[in-house]
Amino acid sequence: MFKWKTDEFSWVDFTIDVLRVLIVLAVVVGAWNTLSSGRISLAQWVNLFAAGLSQGSIYALIALGYTLVYGILLMINFAHGEVFMAGAFTTVFFAEALNRTGFLNEQPLLAILLMIVFAGLVSMTVAILLERIAYRPLRGSPRLVPLITAIGASFFLQYTFRGLYGSGFKAYPGVKALQGAFSIGGINIPVAQVFVFCSALILMLCLYWLVERSRIGKAMRAVSENKEVARLMGIDIDWVIMFTFGVGGFLAGSAGVINGLFRPQGVNFYMGFIPGIKAFTAAVLGGIGNIPGAMLGGLFLGVIEAIGPNLVLAGLGIPGANQLKDVIAFTMLVLVLIFRPQGILGERLSEQKA
Amino acid sequence: MDILRSERSRIVVSLGLLSGAFILFAGAVGMIEAFHEREVVDKFISLGQLLMLLAPFAVGFVAASRMAHTDASALTLLVCGAGVGILTAIPTVILLLFNSEEFRFLLDLTLKLLPLAVASYFAWQRYRAGADPRLVAGAWLAIAVLIGIVTYSFALVFEIKGELRTVLVNINRDWVDVVTFDHRKELMTGILTLCLATVASGCVGAIFHLIPDAPRRALLYGLGVTFLVGAFGETVRLILQEHLDRDTLKEIFRRDTLRQNAALALFVVSTVTGFLWAMFGQNLRHGISTMEYSQRRVLNGIGMLLFVAILLSLPWLIGRTLSDVAVTIGIFVLMGLGLNIAIGLAGLLDLGYVTNYAVGAYILAVLTSIGPLGLLKGTFNFWTVIPVALLAAMTAGFIFAMPVLRMRGDYLAIATLGFGEIIGKLAISDWLKPLIGGAQGVQAIPKPVFLGAELKNPEQLYYIVLVACLVTLFVSIRLNNSRTGRQWMAIREDEDVATAMGIDTARAKLLAFTLSAATGGVAGAIFAAKVGTVFPNSFTVFISINVLSLIIVGGIASNPGIVVGAIVLIGMPELLREFSDFRFMMYGALLILMMIKRPQGFIPSKIVTHEVRQGVKLKPAAAE
Repeated sequence: MFKWKTDEFSWVDFTIDVLRVLIVLAVVVGAWNTLSSGRISLAQWVNLFAAGLSQGSIYALIALGYTLVYGILLMINFAHGEVFMAGAFTTVFFAEALNRTGFLNEQPLLAILLMIVFAGLVSMTVAILLERIAYRPLRGSPRLVPLITAIGASFFLQYTFRGLYGSGFKAYPGVKALQGAFSIGGINIPVAQVFVFCSALILMLCLYWLVERSRIGKAMRAVSENKEVARLMGIDIDWVIMFTFGVGGFLAGSAGVINGLFRPQGVNFYMGFIPGIKAFTAAVLGGIGNIPGAMLGGLFLGVIEAIGPNLVLAGLGIPGANQLKDVIAFTMLVLVLIFRPQGILGERLSEQKA
Repeated sequence: MDILRSERSRIVVSLGLLSGAFILFAGAVGMIEAFHEREVVDKFISLGQLLMLLAPFAVGFVAASRMAHTDASALTLLVCGAGVGILTAIPTVILLLFNSEEFRFLLDLTLKLLPLAVASYFAWQRYRAGADPRLVAGAWLAIAVLIGIVTYSFALVFEIKGELRTVLVNINRDWVDVVTFDHRKELMTGILTLCLATVASGCVGAIFHLIPDAPRRALLYGLGVTFLVGAFGETVRLILQEHLDRDTLKEIFRRDTLRQNAALALFVVSTVTGFLWAMFGQNLRHGISTMEYSQRRVLNGIGMLLFVAILLSLPWLIGRTLSDVAVTIGIFVLMGLGLNIAIGLAGLLDLGYVTNYAVGAYILAVLTSIGPLGLLKGTFNFWTVIPVALLAAMTAGFIFAMPVLRMRGDYLAIATLGFGEIIGKLAISDWLKPLIGGAQGVQAIPKPVFLGAELKNPEQLYYIVLVACLVTLFVSIRLNNSRTGRQWMAIREDEDVATAMGIDTARAKLLAFTLSAATGGVAGAIFAAKVGTVFPNSFTVFISINVLSLIIVGGIASNPGIVVGAIVLIGMPELLREFSDFRFMMYGALLILMMIKRPQGFIPSKIVTHEVRQGVKLKPAAAE
């Protein structure tokens, strides 16, 4: 029997190093092959990048919910993807109603704003109920307990909404103002993508203001630093935690609408699961608990997911590379957790929490 | 007296609204409707109606028992039961009114008046608290407008002609039929019937509390047995049809439902038995416990023999259809025991367990298939491939475990979940299609052949699963008591301390992952042989969640718990088809409930119970 771990040499480190080399090799070889073959033109790259950016901004909005909750409770709200689904799925009916009255195409901006608020409120309600019913009784228990609860809540919510609204796909009505494309220097960028990116940016700025400048934001930061001291300072912890879940839910719900508006295949009860895991990846990428990190992580993941299959996988000669988009995202997840669990920006924070 | 009254009314209101919300929810997600399809007693009551009446009954009983200490009179309890009953009906009644055409204006009115009412309430509160009237007026307006927008949106959503089902698919005519006890046409009669039914069952629940203990237990036993036999009528009939002639069976069942006479007879017999047990069971148990040791050993031996005999003759006892279910349960027991090595013993929450299952299944499929994708075309058979599948799964477990050994707790869970998803996506991709067939999967997997006979029936496959389960059970019991098992437990308790104690945690964790993967591989291989085709849709994250749920519900690190958990969680949806649409909803609710109320599971292992108790004691210190 060989010695598993000696002072100089550990098999675990060795495997991780081998893995690192293999991945770098695969990326370099794949990218080199693709670039040297010149299969994809510059304009196409820019288009992929823009698509990735808009998809990424949706991940970023969801990721903020993970990060806010993690920052305060140090728990992964695994059911957050379902909070996103709840808003998106419920608002389909509202969007249909707005479309029926013709309001959606007469005042697209106002209508979309209304939809965002509506979805935000729905998701907020779901998130707050979730916290109140499932998570609050478990505060202070071992860390795996709330995680298992969250997994349970995730499937419970999925199938509840399946029961409520049925299992089929429901598509958002098309908005005329979002069709078409901007043309910059011969490169066409769809209006919808610009819209997604901009609205996500506005929401994120609002959140940043809320957390950094407002009174309740100050309370949130205080609670995430130290719950006991915050309590002594007269902060109502339960209220702050509820508020945090609510804000995360609101952002997820609005992301649901933004996502739904440019998602041709429609929404259904299962739509939240995969984006939920991806948004978690984004949150970890940016350093979980770190708000700007989650935004950056989301954008980064979106871009990697759009470019990765075409750049690396196609270069390695793998057919149907775009089918493997999700594989790229999940591989990113595993790699980040292996190599840099503290994330890109998370170093300072993880030291505090450790 | 005043305080007492308020306490009573609080109990009634909270419990009544709880059961009311439950019924409303069950209706809205379609549970009541789906369960209505299954009649428990022929032409008397369906499972859906029973579900609706069970809630006020249970809550009435709980309300009565909570009031026991306040020396409430029988009449008070009865009134409380009735109160709980009426509160149970109210949410459903409101929805019924909103849904009916004559009373739709109520919905409109509510949506119009709600914002004003809510805003006025808040304004009044602030005003009484001494706020500036101008500020109050402004806030009133703001809140009214805000809520007005929301309710207007709702009004817009439900504006479409017709009923609520345009949005809530399950609030449809069938639902109305069930909750009004078939009085859809005359709604008022229906609502009255519903209220009467819930009030009656609330009262019965309260009265139930007043019955002395022994007859109550007997009654409960009788009702429970009748309910189970009625609800699982199809299953019971399938079992009986193996042993009874057709005419006798027709006396008991009309198709799959219990006839009224049979139900009554069953109820009487089981109640009497329950009563006798309640009266004399104590003596019997006492008699056994005071027996000589040698005599008790004989008794134990007889029990053991009986158990083994039942286990061995099970396919013969329950027939083909149920043997098939038994094989499925067995496969999940196998996976449960395997995953328990990682989760229960070593405390590693592995959410990608389906990976091992998939590897086992695909290995068997590719190596034995006689279809176009088969690699060896019949040179390998089931028995030679099983060890290969086992080794392959172990290798996969080893490879996937290597990079995640440094992770802990929730990160480990998410990373393994990621692995599971990666495998799923790869299995369905074009890239691996030439090897494993993409979405169509691998077909034409031959059945195992034993001594020249093809084991093609579930009755025969049952024995393979049984042997595999017993072997795994043996291994896992031995592991539990071994040096390695103790290392795992130490890691589960506290990894840092375990390292400090000189345990090579990386090696122990790797071993846990690899061994737990092995049974997953065997389970996958048996599954592939049973079904005959392997395709990616059988290997989703839901498998992992299934296995996780049965471990958590049965009891972490408890082998009997896992077996029982698999029988209940896997067997029930297979036997009650109406249930299967809601299985993941139930699993989710169960996971939440178990974590909050009973984290050690229904049949807990002694060590875990001990840990949980200790954990509770330590909690205040460890909380922050």
